[in-house]
Amino acid sequence: MTVLNVRSLEVRRGGRTIVADVSFAASPGEIVVLMGASGAGKSTILRALAGLDPIAAGTISIPRPVGMVFQFHHLFANMTAHQNVWLAPVHVLKRLRTDAEQRAQQLLVSLGVGARASAMPHELSGGEAQRVAIARALAIEPPVLLMDEPTASLDPARRGDLAATLRRLATEARTIVIATHDAEFARACAHRVLHIANGRIEAVT
Amino acid sequence: MTFRRLAISLAIALLWPCAARTQPSAELRWGGDAEGGAPYVEADPSNPSHVVGFDVDVAQLLASGLGRSPRFIQVGFTSIDAEAARGDFDVGLSGIEDSAARRSRLAVTVPYYEFREILTVRGSDANRYRSLGDLRGRRVATLGATLAYDLLADAEARDGVIPVTYEDDVHPYSDLLLGRVDAVVLDAILAQRGVRRNAGLINQPTPLAIGHYVGILAPGATALRDQMNAVLRDAMRDGRLEAIFARWNVWNEDQPRLYARVLADTSQYPVAASSVTPSGAVANATVWQAAARYLPALLSAAVITIVLSCLSMGLAMVIGVLIASGRVYGGAPLRIALTGVVEIIRGTPLLLQLFVIYFGLAAFIQLPAFLAALLGLGINYAAYESEIYRGALEAVPIGQLDAARTLGFSERQTLLLVRGPQAFRLALAPMTNDFVALLKDSSLVSVITVVELTKETSIFAANIGSWIVPGMMCAAIYLAMSLPLARVARRIERTWRLE
Repeated sequence: MTVLNVRSLEVRRGGRTIVADVSFAASPGEIVVLMGASGAGKSTILRALAGLDPIAAGTISIPRPVGMVFQFHHLFANMTAHQNVWLAPVHVLKRLRTDAEQRAQQLLVSLGVGARASAMPHELSGGEAQRVAIARALAIEPPVLLMDEPTASLDPARRGDLAATLRRLATEARTIVIATHDAEFARACAHRVLHIANGRIEAVT
Repeated sequence: MTFRRLAISLAIALLWPCAARTQPSAELRWGGDAEGGAPYVEADPSNPSHVVGFDVDVAQLLASGLGRSPRFIQVGFTSIDAEAARGDFDVGLSGIEDSAARRSRLAVTVPYYEFREILTVRGSDANRYRSLGDLRGRRVATLGATLAYDLLADAEARDGVIPVTYEDDVHPYSDLLLGRVDAVVLDAILAQRGVRRNAGLINQPTPLAIGHYVGILAPGATALRDQMNAVLRDAMRDGRLEAIFARWNVWNEDQPRLYARVLADTSQYPVAASSVTPSGAVANATVWQAAARYLPALLSAAVITIVLSCLSMGLAMVIGVLIASGRVYGGAPLRIALTGVVEIIRGTPLLLQLFVIYFGLAAFIQLPAFLAALLGLGINYAAYESEIYRGALEAVPIGQLDAARTLGFSERQTLLLVRGPQAFRLALAPMTNDFVALLKDSSLVSVITVVELTKETSIFAANIGSWIVPGMMCAAIYLAMSLPLARVARRIERTWRLE
């Protein structure tokens, strides 16, 4: 059974082909890593999967909502960590505010940032901000979680923690697609690695 | 040597105008306001660079009596006194009224014309409003800092009429016809012209007061004033003044009586300045007594300023947000239309917009002055606010919007929950700046009869003949309003700072 299906994906930007002929599928509980150097097209594939950029050709079948954790987190700067997490459940999923707040707190605690709930985004460290961003993405209960360069702002110890966290999340039948150039991190958590170069899948390991 | 020569040249250049001013000149520089119009001073319709009017003829009469040639200097009517006192011209002539205050601070010639203060009303009210006593609770228009204004200020205290001051003598009569005011009090010459131009108005026959037109000179210019008095008396005697006023159709039976009194009494002031002694008697009070008397009026004018500014800013913010949202989110036709609106509003003077809203639209909709001022300021500042908000909305990082989209927020939710609040913080500092600017720009609304702080100050200054104390009081009140505001804004900015 596949939850995510990408067929012959092509993305063009300003007349230039950025991503071409990318096809892959993923099952629930699977962690797929898109590996490649900067500019290879990994982030572009993730943005296309998240529905942020239009595609030129191909098809993407992905259940919505999609959870997305950005490289620079993009936590809403005008609200606390806690509010960042409960905002979408209340306004998009129409959950009760009290339930959403409680669930947001649980998510923050489970990701080890429960004590930082009342902090503003600019008061968080890179690692804390990333975990809050993961909590925010998980709060909308997405079947698929996309992560762009999740280790960029982490030290080696935190990278290990993150790999463990992601494996735990995968056991909850969640599909995770990660774009990274960090080979060690990819080995630590991936079930499958797609090597991307020049916007194409060069190899699968 | 070169340096020394340079220094001498510089000294000559700097001192020359002073030296020129103290020498008896072959020219008689006379100041007047051509905007005042016929029959006083107006641009000649056949040659607009040339002025005509009875005051032009009186200036010619004075100049030839003194063996000089007249040169006209255009001066705003409200600043004629101040410029005469500074010596910017030799004599001011522009239907200038004799008053105790002017006599106390300027050299004033003998009167050359006697006028009556006339009550003008709509024909349908002719039997209802015969005197100021009949106008309790009614709005009565006049020009600021005139004998007529003193009359109305007295009538305000005595009869409860509401004085409405205008900056020109045309709109009081057009507004009377429109029903914005219920009467006008002004000189008979202006009243007759007002009735001639506006069918449906009548002048009440009983004069409210008697006043005189005089020439005004710098306080030290008493010798020149005495020479002018001799020229004027000669012209009264030999009929040259009569010829001038007859030519302009304003000669009447009051003038021979005035001339007889002026010729019979050779003292400096042969007749009383006017028949009115303002109950305020500001002219006789010291500056500090006058300041104490004017303080409550200044403070209540400050309330008008602050209320008008706050409401206008609120309106500007609401319209500004709508325009900015349209320009950021709207389709191309809406964006082009809104850009056009913003450029038209920003590219034309606020003063013009106020005139158009209050006087220009009066034929279609008669807005009360305060509402017109509120709309004028609000719409004008909305254009500036909209640019601030548009800039702020576009400055919110794209990543914030991407995050909102992946979480499933609609455009509207993103605007209300994420983009709007962040943009507001970015806009806060320039908005505070604009509010302080608006607080001061609100002084422009005096042109549409709203008496706010600056207008009240200029009335005060005109009455005591000095800007020093009124100016300081006005500045202190403006600062008392704007400084706390800046403090509050800084505090809000600090609390809401993003990082």
